Amino acid sequence: MPVEIYLNVAASGLLTGLVYGLMALGLSVIFGVVRVVNFAHGEMMTLAMYLTLVLFSALKLDPLILLVPIAAVLFVFGYLLQAGLINPFINRPEHSQFMLLVAVALVLVNVQLIVFGPDARGIRTAYSYDSFQLGPLIVDASKVYAAGAALVVAAALFAFFRWTLLGKSIRACADNYQGALVVGLDVKRLYALTFGIGSACVGAAGAMLMAVIDVTPTIGPAYTLLAFVIVITGGLGSMPGALLGGLLIGLTEALGGVLFTPSAKSMFAFGLLVLVLLFRPQGILGRKAA
Amino acid sequence: MSRLLEGVPRHGLWLLAALLALLAVFPVFAGGYLLAVGFLILYFAFVGQAWNVMMGFAGQLSLGHSLYVGLGAYAAAALYVHFGLSPWIGLGASIALCALAGAAIGFLAFRFGVSGVYFAILTIAFAEFARIGFDHFAWVRGSSGLFLPVANYAENDLWNLRGSPRMFYYLMLALTAGAFVLCHALLRSRMGYYWQAIRESPEAAQALGVNVFRYRMVAVIISAAMTSLAGVVFAFYYNNLFPEQIFHISRSIELILGPIIGGIGTLVGPLVGALLLTGLAEVMGELLLALGIDVPGVKQVFYGVCLLLVVVFLPDGVWPPLARVLGLERKG
Amino acid sequence: MLEVDGLSKSFRGLRAVHDASLAVPEGGIAGLIGPNGAGKTTLFNVVAGIYRPDAGSVKYGGRDISGLRPDQVCAAGIGRTFQIVKPFAGLTVLDNVVVGALLQSKTVPAAKSYAAEIVEKLGLGAKRDMLASSLTLPDRKRLEIARALATRPKLLLLDEVMAGLRPTECDQMVAMFRELNRAEGLTILLIEHVMRAVMALAQRIVVLHHGEVIARGAPDEVVRNPAVLECYLGEETEV
Repeated sequence: MPVEIYLNVAASGLLTGLVYGLMALGLSVIFGVVRVVNFAHGEMMTLAMYLTLVLFSALKLDPLILLVPIAAVLFVFGYLLQAGLINPFINRPEHSQFMLLVAVALVLVNVQLIVFGPDARGIRTAYSYDSFQLGPLIVDASKVYAAGAALVVAAALFAFFRWTLLGKSIRACADNYQGALVVGLDVKRLYALTFGIGSACVGAAGAMLMAVIDVTPTIGPAYTLLAFVIVITGGLGSMPGALLGGLLIGLTEALGGVLFTPSAKSMFAFGLLVLVLLFRPQGILGRKAA
Repeated sequence: MSRLLEGVPRHGLWLLAALLALLAVFPVFAGGYLLAVGFLILYFAFVGQAWNVMMGFAGQLSLGHSLYVGLGAYAAAALYVHFGLSPWIGLGASIALCALAGAAIGFLAFRFGVSGVYFAILTIAFAEFARIGFDHFAWVRGSSGLFLPVANYAENDLWNLRGSPRMFYYLMLALTAGAFVLCHALLRSRMGYYWQAIRESPEAAQALGVNVFRYRMVAVIISAAMTSLAGVVFAFYYNNLFPEQIFHISRSIELILGPIIGGIGTLVGPLVGALLLTGLAEVMGELLLALGIDVPGVKQVFYGVCLLLVVVFLPDGVWPPLARVLGLERKG
Repeated sequence: MLEVDGLSKSFRGLRAVHDASLAVPEGGIAGLIGPNGAGKTTLFNVVAGIYRPDAGSVKYGGRDISGLRPDQVCAAGIGRTFQIVKPFAGLTVLDNVVVGALLQSKTVPAAKSYAAEIVEKLGLGAKRDMLASSLTLPDRKRLEIARALATRPKLLLLDEVMAGLRPTECDQMVAMFRELNRAEGLTILLIEHVMRAVMALAQRIVVLHHGEVIARGAPDEVVRNPAVLECYLGEETEV
């Protein structure tokens, strides 16, 4: 196959990878701070995707604009989930928390199935069939826009954690739970806020992804898994790691799909996961656990 | 919580005998549909018990147990379809294959210190690997599915596991009862003590001379081997296998719901959980059908809500409070 | 019986133990004291096999055991307790001790009867069917000791077992260890802050400070040693 094909596939993979990265960023933020494994992550993203679908049909607004209210809705959802359901669970054994979110995921995915049915649904925007040409590269416009939006949101997130007081408080909680309590931070509220922020990321990612692919209820669990693969590969608790992981996975999937068969592409993601878990469990950019 | 049945009052044993008798005569009264439900309950009780060995006894959360169901199913089914080999012989291959897979996963995990959530994700990854891999595995017909020749339901051919639902029911009952007895014996054995010690505090167990790695491996292998048997029965009962279905993560989640709701680490938990979950789900399904609602996914929402309620309000499962009510609980 | 020779252990540049040596004769009782953070538990952990020494060796009965796994160390005859007790919370008191007894007992019933003896000896007989999670701290410490004793060790490493006990309880414990030492020849190395116990039990004392041995000798000498007093100034000592 000519090199251009590989380049195009790679470019496409990288762009989609950025959106994956944003989704994984949400998971990383949640796990990095609250230490909860959000097994319902992908299902929350499909929720956002379906919301985008509904709003798009009703309001005819571009998904990249819709991402703002969608992110807000998911923020509230995440906040309430943490405050209402998970916060009381902080001191329970790990597998209890895990099971709690498995239950939430189960309910979410099947409610979506009941409401929207199993068929794939997509949206068509004004630029759905446009593409950009850069030399030998031809990339979908929707992917470029989505990737761009992902970068913007990610940058906003970095800025938030770096420079705002709230962001720093949240990082304090992550670094030292007891210490945060001692200096008077309302840790439970910060946890809820963090879950909300992580969910908002997922919401934004969902809205962006809706511009690029179709949604069915079953892709929820697949994306949860993907988010984990990305976060673990890139480094749990590392924000740049999540983006890097996203890029890596997007690339691996795309190239794997073209070098072998498309249906086998997620095998490579899993293969990578196994290797990372065995040989470098802290991920590429993660710090070794204390 | 010590789950030993030793010291259980006599009326506990009577209850058990009564339950067994009830289960044994059930097919005489049950029609086709109820018999199928009964089979399903026993199936989930058995496979839940197998998973319980790994989680409840050795403390390792596996979310990829569908791997062993699938491997066991495909091994026996493929040998039957291609060589006419009886599943009673084929199951040897199933057990060996799953024991190997379990050993590999256990070894990788324990040697490299992958535990807790990471271990769970590792197990998911392997199951997914199998799901996609088998889709392209030509010898078992890949994604088109492996079909077993459907036999005459009137005749029971136990050797080739072709026969009536009633035969399968009793087979499953025997397996479940066998698993119960096996786990009871295991729990009271040296290994059972060591498993529980490892589950509670691996460090303290080591300081008492327990080779944590070895016993964890044994738990994983036993769990995998038991689960493979469920796969064999599954294959011959349903007569068709699709990688997409049998290795799917929802299968893995489905089979752990019973023991979690019933009570992890308890002997009776998986049975109680399977009864509650499957029984209630079927009742609910029938009710909805009667009301004219036939929507896929409702059952799963029910499972999810049940799981949620149990995890929040009854973290040790339904069995411990039930046991207290029945006067079967240990003094605490 | 136990010979620690030139032991060093660091954690990412922090020297926990440096060039420490001590010897405990067979059938003897030795005390390891020192201010908090002196490296006493780290030394225990190296002997018990949780850490490999960076330098030096641990010999038990003439055999080099440095680098053995904790379960292998226990099988060799060394029992230990943990400073922060680790009971098997979901098991009963008796079952906790059975786990220990299973090391040397051939069958489960044999282990159970031996465990029952040990449970009685430690004064936990009345609570044998209680869950370990429902025990008070002093009882948990007793359970920790009972478990370790059930493995029939030749050498027992005790890590601050007296902390939190009332003086009478402490005396009872001391008397029990003395008896075990006398009747069964159990060798004991104990880390302690409770001086009452150390003075009553130990035949020889080793003092650790900042990971290094600063004094050793008979209890009376060590306690009067100016270097030792200096490192303890400001520390709370129970008498």
